Amino acid sequence: MDLVNIFVKSIFIDNMVFAYFLGMCSYLAVSKTVKTSFGLGIAVVFVLGITVPVDFLLYKYVLSEGALSWLGEGFKDVDLSFLSFIMFIAVIASMVQLVEMVVEKFAPALYSTLGIFLPLIAVNCAILGGSLFMQERGYETLAEATAFGLGSGIGWLLAIVGIAAIREKLRYSDVPAPLRGLGITFIVTGLMGIAFMSFMGIKL
Amino acid sequence: MKALRNFLDNIKPQFEKGGKFEKFHSTFDAFETLLFVPDTTTERGSHIRDAIDLKRTMAIVVMAVIPALLFGMWNVGYQHYLSIGQDATFWETFLFGFLKVLPIIIVSYVTGLAIEFGFAQWRGHEVNEGFLVTGMLIPLIVPVDTPLWMIAVAVAFSVVIGKEVFGGTGMNIWNPALLTRAFLFFAYPSKMSGDQVWIAGLSKGDNIVDGFSGATPLGDAITGNIHVSLLDSFFGFIPGSIGETSTLAILIGAAILLFTGIGSWKIMVSTVAGGYLMALLFHSIGTTPLMQIDPLMHLCLGGFAFGAVFMATDPVTATRTEKGKWIYGFLIGAFAIMIRVFNPAYPEGVMLAILLMNTFAPLIDYFVVQGNIKRRLKRAKVAA
Repeated sequence: MDLVNIFVKSIFIDNMVFAYFLGMCSYLAVSKTVKTSFGLGIAVVFVLGITVPVDFLLYKYVLSEGALSWLGEGFKDVDLSFLSFIMFIAVIASMVQLVEMVVEKFAPALYSTLGIFLPLIAVNCAILGGSLFMQERGYETLAEATAFGLGSGIGWLLAIVGIAAIREKLRYSDVPAPLRGLGITFIVTGLMGIAFMSFMGIKL
Repeated sequence: MKALRNFLDNIKPQFEKGGKFEKFHSTFDAFETLLFVPDTTTERGSHIRDAIDLKRTMAIVVMAVIPALLFGMWNVGYQHYLSIGQDATFWETFLFGFLKVLPIIIVSYVTGLAIEFGFAQWRGHEVNEGFLVTGMLIPLIVPVDTPLWMIAVAVAFSVVIGKEVFGGTGMNIWNPALLTRAFLFFAYPSKMSGDQVWIAGLSKGDNIVDGFSGATPLGDAITGNIHVSLLDSFFGFIPGSIGETSTLAILIGAAILLFTGIGSWKIMVSTVAGGYLMALLFHSIGTTPLMQIDPLMHLCLGGFAFGAVFMATDPVTATRTEKGKWIYGFLIGAFAIMIRVFNPAYPEGVMLAILLMNTFAPLIDYFVVQGNIKRRLKRAKVAA
């Protein structure tokens, strides 16, 4: 029940986009069609689902204070947590490389439509945010970290696919000229945020 | 009638191209078509919105909410006299409610229509009548003691941000009336919930009968003691937002909408089904007081019926595909009960559930359409 709780919570209540407004750059730029945004969303789910557990292991057994005690008595006081930023980014960057190669090999069409935004997942704040939230909230087990990573990814996927569908529909709307493009997208994002506020404060 | 027609014909040239008030053409047009059925037809490339034109569609919806409105007015008075422990005749009760509700309706219409007309002049399109319905729905879904300036602010927000920036009637993604409610709810929570706001005059605290509680039944349900019967909540003798209490009056409205074919029966049926099944599921688990509410009771309490009949069926913000309507309605019902049960801070989950599904309606449509395309492609291959 606890795992389900974390999973559902990270999808809806602590939604990366609507609760923390993380990962906005690719969210705004790649959400023109449902198809490409779905591809990017899956990539984000995959990256988050791998990096958060890997970073969790790193943090637990290497970086946090006293984590290195399995090496021997002398390492008990070593605190490497100041390295966590750089380590997390390194893990994320290598994972994104992996995803990029897989997408290029198996879905070249998606690869060319995603363009620069695929390698840019490496600096997508939702991904780094996932790892840092994992550290900050102190998840205890690997399963919890994995549930959180996957949930955050799916929440992000839901957000970008939802706004992509709305933007496809908006193509037929008579939006005032100054607001066309990103302007109306920001307004839509804000209104979607209001709709997602329905989940705030829910305790499972 | 004839004099009016003559008057309109007289001043008409001034609003035509080249006339003195050319800029106000859309304002004139709005009033003319409101008073008389236009006799012009489209010459080429008809723009199909419905078999009847937008203004008549909206007028029917306004007619359908009249029973809920009238009952709401009476109930405002009834709850008020109940709270101060006085007896009043039917007409006294009604008049009291009428005088309380009328200002809200006026403020909502004046603010909204002023903005609508302004935008129509500015952007050079005709005044669309969507706001006739929105402006009538807004007074029905707010507590009676809401200050009028708050209503004006919220209406302005939802008409500008929720509707006009998308290009006006027919283009909006979210239901403007619900956005108004959500705006009020999140911006001024103390005026939108609790046990003081639902009955006129209660917050001032004059002459209240000892031990009288003005909380809505859903507010009470959190602590586990609902003190209204199923019949009371069906007929609507309970505190709540102005127009949402009486399921019976709403059902009359639903009958009008269904008979004229304006509301989608698929959405209504699936919303009720989704809500009922979800409530039944929670009822069988039954670990918290909110879960133990009888499923039928859930459907009668709060804004569920009102949302299912008047809000979810809004043809602009609902899904457009037929299969999508089933999914859309079912999810509204399920989410509404879920939010109600899991989130005691938001007893009014219906509004938020519909807003949430408004958000995802385009996505549901997208997947239904893609599914249809895939199915047909498969069929084409078999034939070849």
